[in-house]
Amino acid sequence: MSRLPDAWTAVRSRPWRLLGSRWPWGALGYLASTVPVGLVALLVLSTTVLLGVLTAVLVVGLLVLASVPMLAGLIAAVERHRLRLVQGRSAPGPSLRERLRAGRRLPVSWAEVGYAALLALVLWPIDLMVLLFGAAVPVLLMLAPWLSRVDTFEVLGWRVDPGVEAWVAALAVGLPTTVLAAYLLTVLAVAQAALARLLLDPREAELTRAVADLRRSRVDLVDAFETERRRIERDLHDGVQQQLVALTMTLGRAELDVADGPGLDAVRQAHRQAEQALEDLRGTVRGIHPRVLVDHGLAAAVHEIADRSPVPVSVDVRLDGRLPGPVEAAAYFVVSEALTNVARHSGARQAQVHAWQRSGALVLSVVDDGVGGARTDGPGSGLRGLALRLDALGGDLQVTSPPGGPTQVRMECPCDD
Amino acid sequence: MRIVLAEDAALLREGLVGILERAGHEVVAAVGDADALLAFTARERPDAVVTDIRMPPTHTDEGLRAAARIRAEQPEVAVMVLSAYVAEAYVPELLDSAPGGGVGYLLKDRVGHVREFLDSLDRVAAGETVVDPQVVRQLLGRRRDDGPLATLTGREREVLGLMAEGRTNGSIAGVLVVSEAAVRKHVGSIFAKLRLDPASDRRVSAVLAYLRGS
Repeated sequence: MSRLPDAWTAVRSRPWRLLGSRWPWGALGYLASTVPVGLVALLVLSTTVLLGVLTAVLVVGLLVLASVPMLAGLIAAVERHRLRLVQGRSAPGPSLRERLRAGRRLPVSWAEVGYAALLALVLWPIDLMVLLFGAAVPVLLMLAPWLSRVDTFEVLGWRVDPGVEAWVAALAVGLPTTVLAAYLLTVLAVAQAALARLLLDPREAELTRAVADLRRSRVDLVDAFETERRRIERDLHDGVQQQLVALTMTLGRAELDVADGPGLDAVRQAHRQAEQALEDLRGTVRGIHPRVLVDHGLAAAVHEIADRSPVPVSVDVRLDGRLPGPVEAAAYFVVSEALTNVARHSGARQAQVHAWQRSGALVLSVVDDGVGGARTDGPGSGLRGLALRLDALGGDLQVTSPPGGPTQVRMECPCDD
Repeated sequence: MRIVLAEDAALLREGLVGILERAGHEVVAAVGDADALLAFTARERPDAVVTDIRMPPTHTDEGLRAAARIRAEQPEVAVMVLSAYVAEAYVPELLDSAPGGGVGYLLKDRVGHVREFLDSLDRVAAGETVVDPQVVRQLLGRRRDDGPLATLTGREREVLGLMAEGRTNGSIAGVLVVSEAAVRKHVGSIFAKLRLDPASDRRVSAVLAYLRGS
């Protein structure tokens, strides 16, 4: 039922899906509420205009007239919300509060004024007429078997007698008429809502949509990047690393079988070299995409980095459950990079990692008591790449590092799925 | 010893079978996934199970979960888990699966040191807890400014690490080249500082429980 995103899609889908959906009711609600809104608009606008024209000589009138665009704006705000009944979502636009705060500084939108006039003068009478006939007739027909018993019953000049004829009226005529009315009302509501959106949806909304699209495609890119990293990690782990482990096993067995002498020494040396290669590979794999992050999440992974750090690190990570993959990965690499810098350049005696969630965003900070002077714009700065990556996720990275310290690396990233 | 082995990489499986059989153990089944591991362990009632952590179908921690299940359902079976990573995050999961000993967590590289590996396996089969030295080092390597762990001296830290690997006082004395009496003195001091019960014979589990709880 809710799978139909808006009334127009519902009209174009199969009849039973339209009738089973909420959209005919939404359309009915839209048209029915147009009448009071239109009436109020008519009353308010005509009063204002009349008052303004009458007092124009006293200058006050000009001010009164100048408030028409603001009134139109208020009407537009209501109308944007009402679009939800037919289009499934409200049109974007300044909220009522923003509007009141902006007051007269808001530029006059002639489209809004035009729409308000249209609503006050044309739309609501049409809707009222259509509702009277389009909705009332089928309802009356459906009620024929009962109404005809109470009183003489007439629909559009057809006198319906109680009994069989009333049932014929209800079932044979009333039902098809109801279906027809559902279509009529929905189509009218769709058309009217489209007109309203055309006039009320400002150009900024288009731009907003374009920005949203752009952002989504950037997130997709980051995702693709992340997927690729995982694939490389898996390949290294399942391929090269396994083979090296197998090699160390074979060398270990050989050590038991080879007799003391230069042969055994060579085997032992080979064993040590293979283990060194394995150790290096493990470091590389961890740098690409750490397994513990996938299996146990950010908190466990941050603890692992902190434990490996030569500079003492205290960790305080408070998260409710797992974060989206790209956010987890970005946060992990921020901590990893920051602590690497702490160990290499800062001369710090200790560092702290804090992470917490605040209104749908992950906030993470790495602070050290080192000498400061860290830069993100230098060539080869790992933090710079991370900043770009966070940017794509809608987050940001700030580094404050005055000479003499302390250095703080702070990231913030929205993490709603 | 009768052993069920689970490792999805054929190369490593063969290597492991070779090492185990060379030491005179009987590998009653060598399988490639966790379901087969559980099935064979239930049927064969082996003395020990050696399993990789990561296994099909999801290649996450299938083997670890299977190991935990075996520990819960067949506590008499010793369980040795092999990991490709130095990741302490997996240790509590394994140790918490059931109380008692007979469990080991080793890095795969450790298998290459054949004698050491076989010795660890024997100790696990004897009901002890064995955790990879490198993992223990990482656990102990955490720099903490607070907590009783910070009050340990360097030597006590060393002793604690060797204890956590599951070594006896005699073996620790051998490694550190000191007398056994000196080791006993350090152990007593560690127990006092960490407020552990000196009567506990499950000293490794106690140490690890302390480490992960802090």
